[in-house]
Amino acid sequence: MSVEAVSEMSRRNEFVDGMRRSVPVIVASAPFGILFGALAIDNGFTVFEALLMSATIFAGASQMVGLNLFDEKIAPWVIVLSIFAVNFRHVLYSAAVGRHIRHWPFLQKAVAFFFLVDPQYAESERRAVKGEPISFAWYFGMGIPIYVFWNTATVLGALFGRLVPDFEALGIDFLLTIYFLGLVMEFRDRSLFLPVVAASTIVSVLAYDTIGSPWHVSVGALAGIVVAVLAPIGNGEKGDKAP
Amino acid sequence: MSTTVAIILAGAVLTYLTRAGGHMVLSRFERIHPRVEAALNAVPAAVLTTLVAPAVYHGGPAEIGALLIAGIVALRASMMTMFLSGAAVLILLRYLLH
Repeated sequence: MSVEAVSEMSRRNEFVDGMRRSVPVIVASAPFGILFGALAIDNGFTVFEALLMSATIFAGASQMVGLNLFDEKIAPWVIVLSIFAVNFRHVLYSAAVGRHIRHWPFLQKAVAFFFLVDPQYAESERRAVKGEPISFAWYFGMGIPIYVFWNTATVLGALFGRLVPDFEALGIDFLLTIYFLGLVMEFRDRSLFLPVVAASTIVSVLAYDTIGSPWHVSVGALAGIVVAVLAPIGNGEKGDKAP
Repeated sequence: MSTTVAIILAGAVLTYLTRAGGHMVLSRFERIHPRVEAALNAVPAAVLTTLVAPAVYHGGPAEIGALLIAGIVALRASMMTMFLSGAAVLILLRYLLH
């Protein structure tokens, strides 16, 4: 690495390696980006607002949740809080990845955290476990394409999603719920998954029928979290599946 | 600035705080208290469950059937396969039951 040319080449290699890692993520997330764009328009967003949400929040699940709540004439702070709640898991990613990039300059770290989506976390962890350093070039080789394609997919969905004629017959009104179930299942290897899901299920259904939407979200989620906090520690400590 | 834009930007700021904040806050501690870690671990599944459960409870046969099949597929296959099979079952059942 003492010769500048060698260092430049290795940077380029690492960037390309990062880009390679972004390909499956782009393929898997593009349909959801398009779906998000289409649903955003369906829920009364402008194309600009749909793009703004993808470009500034850059977290698919929370964007879908936020969108879902916009539909129901809910107080703005509840929507913001729901987005925050769904994204709260990033605190863990941030703590984990932060350990591996501690030596980066402050500004690079600050920018890197913006791009810390679930697969970026998972691949960074995997790389760190293998003992390979997480370089700036590698990290952004993966992060930039994911970001660009997520926003591109959003705009495509927003522009062309309305060409889809019959939303209900195609089940589009219910696709988000299926998507959310998929997200829930992604966490099934975590310790206490079943007790948490059971508690949140029961309490959210009860709350939905009594105090009503959107309180079932916060009350139901709280029930699951309380179960996790009160459960005996060290019970079923399985490693996290990459989310 | 419209309310929608304000909500989006507020959501963006809070989202960024979760992504940067974990490092900022937790790197100050030697280790995270196990109960705090258990709570953080439970957050995503707990929140997301509340978005599905009432839909199951109040859903019709097409909706419940779609979630059931999607849930089973999720045990074995990728997110995308799970999603597409759930959507296919939903469209099929809605068509048949209409």
